[in-house]
Amino acid sequence: MAITLSTSDHAIPGAPLSARLTTPQVWGIVLLAPYFLVFVAFVVYPVCYGLWLARHPSSYVALYNDPIFARAAVNTLIFLVVGINFKMMVALFLSGFFIQERSWIKWLSVLFILPWAVPSIPTILSVRFMFNPEWGMINQIIFKLTGEDGPNWLNDPIVALTMAIMVHIWKSLPFWTLILMTGRLAISHDLFEAADVDGASWWQKFRFITWPSMQMLYITCTLLSMIWTLGDFNSVYLLTGGGPADLTHVLATLGIRYLRLDLLDLSMAAIVCALPLVLPLVYFMMKRLSR
Amino acid sequence: MKLPSLRDVGTEARLLLIGIPVLIWTMLPIYHMFLFAISPKEDAFSGKLWPAHPTLHNFHIVFYQQHYFLRDFWIQFWNSVVIAVAVGALTLLIATAAAFSISRLRVPGGRWVMNLALFTYFIPAAFLAVPMYRTMGIYGLLNNHWALILAMVTIASPYAIWVLKQASDKLPVELDEAAIMDGATTLQLFRLVYVPLMMPSLVAIGTYALLLAWNEYLYAFLLLSKDTEITLPVALGNFLAADDSPWELLMTTGFIYALPPAAIYYAFKRYMVGGLTAGAVKS
Repeated sequence: MAITLSTSDHAIPGAPLSARLTTPQVWGIVLLAPYFLVFVAFVVYPVCYGLWLARHPSSYVALYNDPIFARAAVNTLIFLVVGINFKMMVALFLSGFFIQERSWIKWLSVLFILPWAVPSIPTILSVRFMFNPEWGMINQIIFKLTGEDGPNWLNDPIVALTMAIMVHIWKSLPFWTLILMTGRLAISHDLFEAADVDGASWWQKFRFITWPSMQMLYITCTLLSMIWTLGDFNSVYLLTGGGPADLTHVLATLGIRYLRLDLLDLSMAAIVCALPLVLPLVYFMMKRLSR
Repeated sequence: MKLPSLRDVGTEARLLLIGIPVLIWTMLPIYHMFLFAISPKEDAFSGKLWPAHPTLHNFHIVFYQQHYFLRDFWIQFWNSVVIAVAVGALTLLIATAAAFSISRLRVPGGRWVMNLALFTYFIPAAFLAVPMYRTMGIYGLLNNHWALILAMVTIASPYAIWVLKQASDKLPVELDEAAIMDGATTLQLFRLVYVPLMMPSLVAIGTYALLLAWNEYLYAFLLLSKDTEITLPVALGNFLAADDSPWELLMTTGFIYALPPAAIYYAFKRYMVGGLTAGAVKS
């Protein structure tokens, strides 16, 4: 504010735009220009182009008639509603575990962050091999222990989708636990001491102190995680490839499947169908963060 | 020496009951990968928890590119490095300039651009992938490293700008006023006052963008296709195309690929936790 004020006496209202701007403001526009150009060239243009591709009502009819789309929509909802809520509850629980002051828990928390720190591709492939029905380690161990062949894990759509969700949770649980830990650490310790004096139980302390202070953070995290998970391509694509029989696709991988089949309009239409779900969440998050 | 009371032992036991499953859950896929990397080919599928003859032979094969799948390992590694560094540097440049402009110079319309950027941040990147692929085709950038660099800068910048704006809003205006009183020009203000003060956040954001680009799979695999142009994650994904892919080599390559980001993460953890998680979710 002060900068514009100190030099604003040069600005003459009503003069042409160039004369009305102060030197810092001109610099401001120059410095903002690179991002603005990137934004126009690589966000505005692709988005408009995508919407233009998805303009025909016939694409939506085709989508409606494609059972794989319906299946992908259901899978996406399961991923979000069941997977994310489960993940956030575990994260909330573990955040309580990791704030305990023990040196071994400190060491464990250093290891615990590893899934978040390493790239997801090699670890997802590692899980994929682990569950390979013939050669994977899990079935080898099952064979050794019971003498029988283990199940064909990734060939069952329900098991395969569950495992994709598990892989997603494995990857992002540390991040959300870390965030919720900062929330827990921000609660004043006096409250817990007072509760101890009053003889409050573990559950009462959570119910009346921890939860009220973390409620907003928890809900924000859950929504943010849902938005991001909509774009989680790797967990499904690299683990199941959408298979067996295209039964484990989610919206993120379905778009790429249609692209492969050269059905660009369907690919975009599928994403447009997800917008009514995404935009309210995005609007809510922007309200929260742009204050 | 005081003996621990029964109650303390109980608490400790309960904590261990949580801690041990957490440890196994966390380490299992990573340990599995490591196990493959140090196992000779014939040992890899035996289902043992530790190979009878641990070896570094797999690393030797990868480093000397002695397998059909690994012909271009070093050039792919180099591609990953170049792209990650370029994305880190470009994102820093663009985002720092934008944050300075919005937060310190209060450029007209700055808030508006900020909100647009934030909006992009919340659109899942996979949703933008298909139109981005087509757009890059129209710009004639497909199979060119610039396509991936620009796409990743687009994805990394919104969050970078937002975090940097939050951080620079906290710097006192008096600093700018004093510098201007002393006759500093806007660029001097940027170079000599703003950038040095923002260093911790800049390190965090640079690392964030670098890791984002290094780890990216979807965009890399859409935008690049030639064996000598692709990055390491795409090469790893290509192993899956064949039925007889050498798993132990894939896991070794994956292990090598995972090491640099893990090292960078732990080296800059201080900045990452302070600079990123605090900004990630404002409560």
